[in-house]
Amino acid sequence: MSEATTLEKPDLKIDQDEGNFSYPEDYAFDAGTGLTEKTIDYICEVKEDPDWVREFRKKALRIFREKPLPTHWASKDLENIHFDDFRYYLSKGAKPKRTWDEVPDDVKRTFERLGIPEKERAFLAGVEAQFDSEAAYSNIKKAVAEQGVIFVGSREGLKEHPEIFRKWFGKVIPTADNKFSALNSAVFSGGSFIYVPKGVKVKHPLQAYFRINAENFGQFERTLIIVDEGAELTYMEGCTAPKFDSVTLHSAVVELVAMKGAKLQYITVQNWSPNVFNLVTKRGLAHEESEIKWIDCNIGSRLTMKYPGVILKGRKARGEVLSIALANNGQHQDTGAKMIHAADETTSNIISKSISIGSGRATYRGLVHIPRHLKGCKNNTECDALLINTESRTDTYPAIVTRGEGNSVQHEASVSKVSAEQIFYMQQRGLSEGQAMSLSVNGFVNELVRQFPMEYSVELKRLIDLEMEGSVG
Amino acid sequence: MAGKNGQSPVGQNGSAPVGWWQERKAEAWKKFQAMPMPRRSDEDWRFATIAAIQLGDFQPGQKGSTSAEALLKRSTASFPHAAKAVFSNDRLLHIEGGEELAKQGVVFESLAGALQKHPALLEKHFMAHPVDLGAQKFAALHAANASAGVLIFVPKNVEVKLPLVSFHWLDGSESAVFPHTLIVTGENAKVTVVDFLGSTEAGGAGLACGLNDLLVGPGAKVEYVSLQEWGSKVTSFQLNSTRVERDGEARSLFVNLGAAYARQESRSTMAGSGARSEMLGLSVGSERQEFDQRTLQCHDVPNTWSDLLYKNALDDRSKSIFKGLIRVAPGAAKTDAYQNNRNLLLNPEAEADSMPGLEILNDDVRCTHGATTGQIDRDQLFYLMARGIDPRTGAQLLAHGFFEEVIARLPEKGIGEAVRVAVAAKFATMRTPRSQVDLMEKPLSSSRINKSDLKEEEALDVRALQGLGK
Repeated sequence: MSEATTLEKPDLKIDQDEGNFSYPEDYAFDAGTGLTEKTIDYICEVKEDPDWVREFRKKALRIFREKPLPTHWASKDLENIHFDDFRYYLSKGAKPKRTWDEVPDDVKRTFERLGIPEKERAFLAGVEAQFDSEAAYSNIKKAVAEQGVIFVGSREGLKEHPEIFRKWFGKVIPTADNKFSALNSAVFSGGSFIYVPKGVKVKHPLQAYFRINAENFGQFERTLIIVDEGAELTYMEGCTAPKFDSVTLHSAVVELVAMKGAKLQYITVQNWSPNVFNLVTKRGLAHEESEIKWIDCNIGSRLTMKYPGVILKGRKARGEVLSIALANNGQHQDTGAKMIHAADETTSNIISKSISIGSGRATYRGLVHIPRHLKGCKNNTECDALLINTESRTDTYPAIVTRGEGNSVQHEASVSKVSAEQIFYMQQRGLSEGQAMSLSVNGFVNELVRQFPMEYSVELKRLIDLEMEGSVG
Repeated sequence: MAGKNGQSPVGQNGSAPVGWWQERKAEAWKKFQAMPMPRRSDEDWRFATIAAIQLGDFQPGQKGSTSAEALLKRSTASFPHAAKAVFSNDRLLHIEGGEELAKQGVVFESLAGALQKHPALLEKHFMAHPVDLGAQKFAALHAANASAGVLIFVPKNVEVKLPLVSFHWLDGSESAVFPHTLIVTGENAKVTVVDFLGSTEAGGAGLACGLNDLLVGPGAKVEYVSLQEWGSKVTSFQLNSTRVERDGEARSLFVNLGAAYARQESRSTMAGSGARSEMLGLSVGSERQEFDQRTLQCHDVPNTWSDLLYKNALDDRSKSIFKGLIRVAPGAAKTDAYQNNRNLLLNPEAEADSMPGLEILNDDVRCTHGATTGQIDRDQLFYLMARGIDPRTGAQLLAHGFFEEVIARLPEKGIGEAVRVAVAAKFATMRTPRSQVDLMEKPLSSSRINKSDLKEEEALDVRALQGLGK
C-alpha cells in the first residue's frame, strides 16, 4: 500500500497522538516470536487452560495453517503479514485486578491517559481494560452484579461458567469460518464473557478497552456475549495502539447470542494506529423476536477487514448494522455487513457511510441472504460514500441472494463529493476551510451518529473534526 | 468438446484459406485448451452453477434436419429492415440487402464475404476487443470456431435508416454455433442492428457461444438488440464488448428468454469525452433456467455517461445472477454513471442473486446503483381487480409494466413491439401453476375449503402471470 502522499497535512497526527505513546516493556510472561504448537502449550500453561481448550487451540492451529489467505477477493496487502514475526502472548499476569490501585503503575497510567477510569465513574456499568494479551483491570458495578449479570474475561468465563460458556463458544463463528477466526481460536486471550440473565435490562453500557503496547505484537481477544430471554444490554469497545514502524496484528472473534425477545447493542470505535492490521470476525445469533444491532466506527488502522453479521434464526428477529468508516491517507477500510435470514418475517437494515480522504480507500462489502421457503423477510441496504480528494477511492461490492415468498430487498448506493459551493458559502460566513469541510462531513454522517449513545457521538464528532482539518486539496 | 479445430468459412466456400485468419484461430484454440474451466471459487463465477455448463460433444457445422426453405420462412422480422442474413448451424443460408447498402459505402457482409472483400477491416477488429469478465476461455472457443455472422461497417456521416437483421438457428440437438456480429462505425454514422437467436425445436439442446463487438466512432450512434430464444436445453454464452469514442452513443439490449444456462457478459468502455452507453437487459426465466449476467461500465476519460438497467422476471426454480461494476479511472472526472438491477420473483422457488458493484477512483463523479428484488405488488393487483380486471390479466399487465421501462427506451417502435411479442410468447409457454391444476382436477363437491387453501389461492393470483399471452 502506498505511503502517505505529499498532499499529507500536519494535522493528521493530532488525532493519532491520543493513543500514540507506549511504556517500556516489562512482561512476566512472553510466548516469544512465531507460532508453533509450543506457543500454544505455553499459553495454555500460563492461563491454566483445561484440556478441551488445549485441544481446541491445537485443532484451530491446523486449520489456520491449511487455509489460504483470501486474496482472490481481498486486498493483496494481506500478503505483507508475516505470521512468524509476531509475538502471540505477552502479559504481566493472567488475572485482572478489581481496583485501579492494584493495577501496575505503567498500565494504570496508560488507561488514565485514555480516560478510562474517569469514564467508568461517569457513565459505565462495568469496565474491562485489556493491555496486550490479558485484561489488567476488570470490574462491574455492584448493583449490576447483584442482578446476576456476569462480566469477566474469556479465561474466567470458560473456567467459572463452563455450563454457559461451552454451550455457545465457537458456535456462532466456527473455527474454520476463515483463516483469521482459526488463528484467533488457536491463540485467543482476553476479551469479555458476558451473561445477562432473563429479563434483566442493564441500564448503563458495559465497556471494554483494548490497548496494544508492545511492538510486533498480535492481539487476539475473544468475546462471547449471551443476553437471555427478554434481557437488554449495550456493550461498547474502544481500541488504540501506539504508532510503530513494524506491523501489529489485531484479530478478534466476537460472538453474540440474543435469546428470545432480547436486545443487544454492540458499539465499536476503532482508532488503531496506522501500522495495525485489523482483521476481525464478528457475528451475532438472533433468536425469535430479538434484536442485534452493531454500531461500527472504523477510523484508524492500516487495513481493516470487518463485516459484522447477524444470523436471523428466530421468527421476527431483527438485525441491524450501522457503519461509519473513515479512510485517511494510506488506509484501507474494507468493511460491511452480513445478514443471513433463516426464519420467516425477519428484517435487517444496513446503513453504511464511508469517507475517503487523500489516498484513502473505503470499501463496502456486504452479503444479504434470503433462502427459499422463507416468507415476509425484508432487507434494506444503503451505502453512501463521500470522496474528499481527487485521488480518494471508494468501492462497493454487495451480494444479495433472494428467494422465497413475499420477501423483498432493496439496495442503494451513491457516491458524492463535498460540494464546492457549500464550502464557499460557509467560508463567506467566516468559517475556515477546515471548519467548513468538517461541518459538511459531520452533516453527511449525522443521521447515523444521532442514533449513537451521547458520549460516543460527541467522541466521534471530535475525531472527525481532527481528521478533516486541512484536508481540502 | 466442441470444435476440433478452427473451421474457416473460406474453406467452406471452397476458396483459399487466409493466413492470419487461420493463425489467429489456431492460436485461440490453443488458448482455449490451455485455460482451466471456471471454478466455484472464482470471483467472476460467484453464484453460477458451474455444473450447468455443458460443452458436451456438440460439434460445429452439423447438418440440420430442417430444410433451408422452412427456415427462411421462419426468419422474418416484423419490422421493416434494410438487410438480412440467415445462418443455420453456422452455414449461411441467405443474405440480402448488401448491394443496395454498398451504394452508400455501407458494408453488410457475412464473415466469409468480409474475409474476401474487406480483409483489412476484419483483421483490425476481429476479436480485438477485451472480454475480461470471466468467460475468457469461452471467448477463445468462439474465436477458434467463429465462421457465421456479419461484419457491418458504416462510413463517416452515413445514416442507415432501417435496421439490419441477422438470424442464427440451432438446428437439431447435436450442434454448436458461434454467432458473431461485428459493427464498426465511422464519425457521425448511425445504424441499428438486431440479432435473432433461436433453435428449430423449443426443447432443443446444443451449445451457442456468440460474441458481438460494437465499435462506436466519434459522434456515431449504434443501437444493438439481441433476442435470445435458444431451445430450453442449450448452453449459451453471449459476450459483448462495446467501445464508444468521443461524443458517440451506444445502446444495447439483451433479451434472454431461452437456454438452460445463459451467460451474458457486457462491457462498455467510454473511450472519449462525451461518450455515452446505455446498457439494457431483460430476462424471463422458467423451469430451472439460469441467467448469469456480468457487466462492466468502464469510465476511462473525463466527461462520460453510462446507464445500465437489467430487469429479470423469474418463475419456477429459475435463477438470475447479476454482477455489475462501474469502474471510474483516477482521471475520469465528471463521470455520470448509473446501474440498476430489478428482479421480480414470480415463484417462491425462484432465486435472484445481485452484486451491483462500484469502484470509484475519482471524487468528481455522480455514481449511483441500486438493486431490488420483490414480488408483484398485491395492492396494485387488487386495484386492477377492483376495476373488474381478472387477476390473470391484471398480473399480465403488471409484468408488462415492469418490462415496459426497458422496452420504452428503444426509439425504434417496431423493434420494441417485436420484444413485447417475444416476451408474451415466452409467458405463453410457461406451465400452469400446480395448485391451479390441483384445484381443477379435484371435483368441487369433495374439495374442502379451509384457511390454508384460501392462502394458496391468494398465491395463485400472483402466479396467474404464467398464462400470459393466451
